[in-house]
Amino acid sequence: MFPSRFDLVVAQTVGEAVEAKAAAGEGGRFLAGGQSLIPMMKMRVAFPDTLIDINRIAGLDAIERDNGHLHVGALVRHADVVASGITFGAIASAAPWVADPLVRNRGTMCGSVAHCDPEGDWNSVLLATGADVVAQGPNGERSVPIADFIDGAFTSTLGEDELVVGLRIPVPSGRSGGAYLKLERKVGDYATVAVASHLELDDSGAISGAGLALTSVNPINTKVADAEAVLVGQQPSAELFAEAAELAAVAAEPRDDVRGTAAWKRQVVRTYTKRGLAAAAQQAEGS
Amino acid sequence: MAAPTTPAEIGGIGHSVQRKEDARLIEGQGNFLDDIELPNTLHMAILRSPLAHARINGIDFSAATDLDGVVAVVTGDLMDQHGLAWMPTLSGDTQAVLATDKVRYQGQEVAAVIATDPYIATDALELIEVDYEDLPPITTPQQSLEDGAALIRDEKEGQTDNLVYTWETGDKGATEEAFAQADRVVTLETHYPRSHPAPLETCGILADVNSVTGQATIYMTSQAPHAHRTLFAMVAGLPEQNIRIVSPDIGGGFGNKVPIYPGYVVATAASLLIGQPVKWVESRTENLISTGFARDYYMKGELAVTDEGRILGLRVNMLSDQGAFYSDAQPTQFRAGLFHVVTGSYDFPAAHIDCKGAFTNKAPGGVAYRCSFRITEASYLIERLVQNAAYEVGIDPAEMRLRNFIQPEQFPYETATGFVYDSGDYPTALRTALEEVGYEDLRREQAEARAEGRLIGIGIAHFTEAVGAGPSHTYDIAGLKMIDSAELRVHPTGKAILKLGVKTQGQGHETTFAQIVAEVLGIPANDIKVEHGDTDHTPYGLGTYASRSTPVGGAATAVVARKLADKAKKIAAHLLEAAEEDIELASGVLSVAGSPDRSVTIQDIALAAYTNLPEGMEYGLEDVTYYDPPNLTYPYGSYIVVVEVDPDTGVWQVQRMVALDDCGVRINPMIVEGQICGGLTEGFAMSAMQWITFDDDGNCIGANFMDYLVPTAWETPRFELLATEVPSPHHPIGAKGVGESATVGSPAAFVNAVIDAVAHLGVRNIDMPVLPDRVWAAIDEAS
Repeated sequence: MFPSRFDLVVAQTVGEAVEAKAAAGEGGRFLAGGQSLIPMMKMRVAFPDTLIDINRIAGLDAIERDNGHLHVGALVRHADVVASGITFGAIASAAPWVADPLVRNRGTMCGSVAHCDPEGDWNSVLLATGADVVAQGPNGERSVPIADFIDGAFTSTLGEDELVVGLRIPVPSGRSGGAYLKLERKVGDYATVAVASHLELDDSGAISGAGLALTSVNPINTKVADAEAVLVGQQPSAELFAEAAELAAVAAEPRDDVRGTAAWKRQVVRTYTKRGLAAAAQQAEGS
Repeated sequence: MAAPTTPAEIGGIGHSVQRKEDARLIEGQGNFLDDIELPNTLHMAILRSPLAHARINGIDFSAATDLDGVVAVVTGDLMDQHGLAWMPTLSGDTQAVLATDKVRYQGQEVAAVIATDPYIATDALELIEVDYEDLPPITTPQQSLEDGAALIRDEKEGQTDNLVYTWETGDKGATEEAFAQADRVVTLETHYPRSHPAPLETCGILADVNSVTGQATIYMTSQAPHAHRTLFAMVAGLPEQNIRIVSPDIGGGFGNKVPIYPGYVVATAASLLIGQPVKWVESRTENLISTGFARDYYMKGELAVTDEGRILGLRVNMLSDQGAFYSDAQPTQFRAGLFHVVTGSYDFPAAHIDCKGAFTNKAPGGVAYRCSFRITEASYLIERLVQNAAYEVGIDPAEMRLRNFIQPEQFPYETATGFVYDSGDYPTALRTALEEVGYEDLRREQAEARAEGRLIGIGIAHFTEAVGAGPSHTYDIAGLKMIDSAELRVHPTGKAILKLGVKTQGQGHETTFAQIVAEVLGIPANDIKVEHGDTDHTPYGLGTYASRSTPVGGAATAVVARKLADKAKKIAAHLLEAAEEDIELASGVLSVAGSPDRSVTIQDIALAAYTNLPEGMEYGLEDVTYYDPPNLTYPYGSYIVVVEVDPDTGVWQVQRMVALDDCGVRINPMIVEGQICGGLTEGFAMSAMQWITFDDDGNCIGANFMDYLVPTAWETPRFELLATEVPSPHHPIGAKGVGESATVGSPAAFVNAVIDAVAHLGVRNIDMPVLPDRVWAAIDEAS
């Protein structure tokens, strides 16, 4: 497990990092937690010419709430998200299920988002809660809604010269709840199936906002918009969640593989959607 | 269990002495293969086939040779010039060292690069171009034996099909008679999937051949250094006195470090030709895709039973997937290891076992992964069958077992396939475990849960293992008898050194073998240094696998200690001016019978052995023993697992796991329990998640730890351990092997528990690993 030869640039500022990336071009890769990139390099699946280490950049390691948003910097580790007291709903539910403790100590939430692995957890969670990805390039900063950021399996709409510097996640103002139910074969495994659920309730107890997204059952993390539409405006009920679960099962396009059959994975989507929405509703009602 | 006969400060048998080896291992002071650095060492990397079956039309390695830092590129042609392109396997087949004609599995060794550092060696692999011509891959043994299947071993003279071997045992006629008398026949067809020992430390070698003296010092991850030295001498034609194998600290073996792998041969040849040390350490992927796998048996078992639940006979047909080369590590005269122990813990007169093996385009192996040569497969089959028979007859699975057990008074008991079980009390073991788990209450809870739509299952396995190969009349590997040895020397100050033919890979030999000496001589276990693994400094032995260290090496240790005790008594008689037959030795004190004041200590004796001897006695307190065991030992156990199955997803969770083991006398109960917990975890892994499988093109799925799943503490159930202790009557200290019991016995308990949860729906089989989708599909189909 010996990687190919590469150059290492240690950036001290975002500006330096972006500049180094522009100079390195397609062969350059940013290194934050390295929990996907380094194993890929050791297996010689990835062989960047230049690694641009952003770990020394000051100010990127903050997770904070401000103006109705949760801000997550590019160096916030999964473990920081687990330990943070200011997350909510599906985010708090998902954090302990990301990889294993060792990976969580090094890997970053932004790195996982930028990696766009369809088996990654965070992009489904953010599709359910809503989020903007904040990117910085030579021409300054821009925000991209998560749905527009994800382009395909392992591809995003991030420019070749841009660095993801943070995430901006709206914090629900009223009663809300969420859950991330993940079926994994063992700790540290990718999801065989996972479902992110997010519900907001109005004063009457009716659903005023809903988010539902699936992991590992489509070529990319998938938002189930028709199920969300069915939920909004309705009172939470087992029948309603069963209806949403059928739509989620239809939206899933799993494949037969070593983890299980497509028919079974669809059944898990159905089951976890029902259970996830019920847990989200219960949390919202208690909030 | 029997109380220890020695005080804690001596630490003889029965004391949970802290492991002597742990301090250095925990503090990072272990010395593993990759820790060993020699001056001028070169590093080797291996180019492996990406294809499962292809002809090699040519290899262009000129660009690799030209890379700065590359010293040599080795191909099959070069090896062939030295007569080393092929090597013999432990099962009498031959195996390609580096491919010359074809590649026969994905991951097969094609070429090797020797370079000044491992990065350059790996870079150079990318510069080698191999011209492959695709051949049809064969990925199942059923496909392999079809008419017209592509011939995998076309280089083998006289080989016209893909059949590896056929082997049968038992009495066919008597078995047919038993089946004719049966009220019903219970049939189970199941696959024990391919698994891999996956030791934490991968395999490796550092070969250092002195070009002037011809002395070959070979540091190697070896479970059997002495046997490996002899095999190296036979294969490479090196004079055996010039070969020294040093097996340093080993990070787990589990059978994976028994075979000789192509990388070892290439690295040794390269060191010989270049005149510098050559190191090769496998990557995780190399370990998983190319080194000895285990299991991969397709089994059909039929049990002839009466309506009263009596078993009359057993018939088994088995087809094994051997991969591209037949390299099972097993005793020579058995083609399917000790699979014929499949009659299990039950008393019935007739059995017939019919086995065959097939070549496929998969990695070779068939090692005894924490298993005494295919006993894992056998134990699994009979325990699954008996459970299913109980459902068909309509009696409780525990009662079914109790009605058919070999009874305590029947030992020694000869099975229908010729094993002579040494000792046991199976009914007591099962009843104790049933009581501990609260079996009757559980059955009530299960019925209540079913009424609420919840699925609870209770699975039992009562296994009997056959370990400690073995008696010279029956057992040899490559012609070498499976004896083992111990050499013991007590120094003048009363401290001792014990040298073993067996070799620890984590089992705790440095502690337990010292305890055996402490028990016999009364020298504190902490005063006894245990040395092993270096063939120049230890007596000959066949190594550590198949739970044979305690049954064979442990017996040798007890016998050599007793020889020294006899001499000590003679010296004591001389010192105490008493008759030798009046001297008693207990906890290190030698006294005159009836006059306990007249005594000397073993330490006094040690000094006298070098200073003050009776007339005519030879100086020193030292001896060596080679032990040829009269029989195998037969540990057993009763395991009970309780699971709950989620009917919506098929996900199952273990609620309870009660494991009663009887391995005879326990030398160090703490170490035994550690062994059992490890084995239960491996059994759980194979039942729940772990397998190596292949796609239709022969690509290995399970090539790293993301795909080959090793459970963590999070998934692993809590184990409740129990013990009974029926000594082995023929072992000098009554001990039986235990290292593998739990791996062998537990898979059937886990699988039976899941089946039991859905048996009322008519489900009788789910193949391992019992993945949730298989459970859900079984429920779906049944209902």
